[in-house]
Amino acid sequence: MAPKLALRGVVVQRGGRDVLTVDALSVDGGEVLAVIGPNGAGKSTLLQVAALLLRPQRGEVRFDGAAVGADTLGLRRRLALAMQAPHLVQGSVLDNAALGLALRGVPARQRRERARAWLRRFGVEALAARAANRLSGGEAQRVSLARAFAVEPELLLLDEPFSGLDEATRGQLLDDLAGALQETGVTTVFVTHDRAEALRLADRVAVLIGGRLRQAGSAAAVFGAPVDEEVAAFVGVETIVAGRVVEVRDGLATIAVGGQRLTALAPPHAGENVRVCIRPEDVVIQLPKAEAPASSARNLLLGTVTEVRPRGPEARVVIDCGFALVATVTRLSVEEMGLAPGARVAASIKATALHLLPGH
Amino acid sequence: MGLIWDGLREAVELLSRGDRALYSTAARSLYVSGVATLVSLALGVLAGAFLAFQRFRGRALALAFVNTGMGLPPVVVGLVVAIMLWRSGPLGDLHLIYTVWAMVLAQAVLTFPIVTGFTAAALAAQPPELRLQLLGLGASRWQALWLLLKEARLPLLAAVMAAFGAAVSEVGASMMVGGNIAGETRVLTTAVVLETSRGEFAPAIALSIILLLLVFAVNLVLTGVQLRGR
Amino acid sequence: MLLQTYRLVLPLSAALLLVACGGDGPSATSEPTAVPHKGDIILATTTSTADSGLLDVLLPVFEKRTGWTAKPIAVGSGQAMAMGRNGDADVLLVHSPAAEVQFMTDGFGRERLLVMHNDFILVGPPSDAVGAKSAKTAVDALKAIATKGATFISRGDNSGTHALELTLWKAAAIDPKGKGWYQESGQGMGATLQIADQKSAYTIADRATYLAQKQNLALQVLNDGDKAYFNVYHVITLNKERLSKVNYEGGKAFADFMVSDEAQAIIRTFGADKYGQALFVPDAGKAEADLGVQ
Repeated sequence: MAPKLALRGVVVQRGGRDVLTVDALSVDGGEVLAVIGPNGAGKSTLLQVAALLLRPQRGEVRFDGAAVGADTLGLRRRLALAMQAPHLVQGSVLDNAALGLALRGVPARQRRERARAWLRRFGVEALAARAANRLSGGEAQRVSLARAFAVEPELLLLDEPFSGLDEATRGQLLDDLAGALQETGVTTVFVTHDRAEALRLADRVAVLIGGRLRQAGSAAAVFGAPVDEEVAAFVGVETIVAGRVVEVRDGLATIAVGGQRLTALAPPHAGENVRVCIRPEDVVIQLPKAEAPASSARNLLLGTVTEVRPRGPEARVVIDCGFALVATVTRLSVEEMGLAPGARVAASIKATALHLLPGH
Repeated sequence: MGLIWDGLREAVELLSRGDRALYSTAARSLYVSGVATLVSLALGVLAGAFLAFQRFRGRALALAFVNTGMGLPPVVVGLVVAIMLWRSGPLGDLHLIYTVWAMVLAQAVLTFPIVTGFTAAALAAQPPELRLQLLGLGASRWQALWLLLKEARLPLLAAVMAAFGAAVSEVGASMMVGGNIAGETRVLTTAVVLETSRGEFAPAIALSIILLLLVFAVNLVLTGVQLRGR
Repeated sequence: MLLQTYRLVLPLSAALLLVACGGDGPSATSEPTAVPHKGDIILATTTSTADSGLLDVLLPVFEKRTGWTAKPIAVGSGQAMAMGRNGDADVLLVHSPAAEVQFMTDGFGRERLLVMHNDFILVGPPSDAVGAKSAKTAVDALKAIATKGATFISRGDNSGTHALELTLWKAAAIDPKGKGWYQESGQGMGATLQIADQKSAYTIADRATYLAQKQNLALQVLNDGDKAYFNVYHVITLNKERLSKVNYEGGKAFADFMVSDEAQAIIRTFGADKYGQALFVPDAGKAEADLGVQ
């Protein structure tokens, strides 16, 4: 079965510069692919190529296995795009939700029914008769999503659907969208700079940094095993330190990092120099006790807190244990343990949590 | 001042009497300028959309031309069109000279840059992603253009009002290509010129008042449509 | 949305079409034409002829008699003859004898028939500072104006009136061009009279237009009667051999009509009831020499 959408050797240039390079990327039928990356990485450009609105200077785009030619209208009618800003047109909410159907020539009554059903699905049916220019940000986004879904596309493309919404609205909409994606099983590509959204909605994740596709794979693969330092930094690995492989035995490697010895799963690549990536969520902080604590973690490090950075309901705690180690700790725990610069702590990390990249 | 009062009285008298010549002259003004505005609307909207969306070399130059064209002197347009339509001219065999169609043509030429310029400005003022969003929902390029024009309804209506105003109030071109022939190509503006040169000031003022009322009435309707769109 | 727009535009256009087509043009007149409609002819004539209102009376009769509809284009004699040279008209009714003769010599015209004449008059402010009223001849009056430097408004538009005025200046051996008191309006007779009136200046006008506008003017007739003031009108048909697009048949029908008894009778009495005297003198059939013109 050919993938729903496949890009190969795609290069988009603007003003003589390459703004997007994608060697290979495909989305299978029924799959939800999240394209993540920092602002300006080329995500929107990628989405426009996927929506057949932008012809790349080089490379090929295939839809359902067939190469996309000059006339895109027929194919464009099989997909639906919802952009970052809702871009509703003049008229009622119902008119907007039915727009995609109207463009395809669906008769009035049918399209009103279908549009209404999707407005209901996204919880804004009550607004059906209201003028589209009198909606709040969240309401407008819901209408925009309903509009895209109402078309029942073979491929759904979403560009940062939650940007500009407040926390509460975003959370609610995220749930509703997750539900809709699950029910319809529509092949989806959505763009976001928020990792949490990607994790929540996507089957696979593609990372775009600086206009180039760096990595694509399952969420576990991308977040747990980033392919290079930039990807690692973007996906939330906050500790990246240089080390040297001292010993490899029984599938485990011993690595010297900052005067400490760490145990990790044996790296797939040979070579003495490595970079060790540790996600802050994988570091468990405890107060040092006389006996060794019961833990399955192979790595136990003692160190001193150098910084406590609150971030929302959690805090980033930086520990100096021969190298700078970043851990995520709940605020409650910070208080209970009295974590402050200068405090002595013990950090435990499972061997499986250490991800190794080739050294410089 | 006495002349203006006389003119006012004559205007009321002519209107209430249902003076046939007056009504047909007024209707002709409305018809000629109305059709000319519609023609230049149809063509100007397409030209304006092309200017707004299509990247091509010399685009800035084209825009400058259009903006210059907004200030085209009507009499110059009239002269050029007349030269084209005279029997001795390249389009003489069409036998359009001294007919209402020649006037429609001249007024359409005159108002075309106005509509084009307004349309280009109105479309360029829209967020560029709106067009992408429409295309991304499956709109063909024509469907997208239609929707974008509807979004730009307010400035486009302003363009229509400006174009109609320019067309119905011009006299130079209408004189030259129409010939001001009674019952055939005489419109309110050329009738005013004729009556004035004959020294018939009261009818001239009466016609002027009726012309103003006509323009006002049309703008009233269009403004109503414009406000309803809010 | 589309439907709403169409609902507004369609009936509006239909209404416009109906109104404009009805009550329009001779073909929609209530009485049946005596003769079946043959077509249109373009009559290039002068502003003074049109302004006098004579054509408004003559043309409907012409159409009824012959079935041809005349489209009168009122421009100066100069432009009328230029139109004739280009074949942009079918028949001319002008009053600029010297230019007309040249026109015929150049081979553009076929027949040139004497139709009527009126006379020009010298009008000016009632105060008449230069004493034009007491001048014996047209030339004397103009000399008086030039000497005293009184403001004089000329047509300045190559019309028949303008041509006659220039002839008079030449006869007086005066070149007024460029002098501060000599101003050119570049417009028709009616407008020129209004300018002269507003400026309390002198001008030469045809009697017909002056009489038609008299109630609005403070200007008085100060000098007239001199044969030099005669303003003679001819109708000229065009040479189809030279100008292939010309409608000679229609133009000839018009020329014949203008010299016919019926038209001449209309001309004889035109204006009498309104102004107390007829505006034109019918001359069809007379010898050119009788009128002292070419």
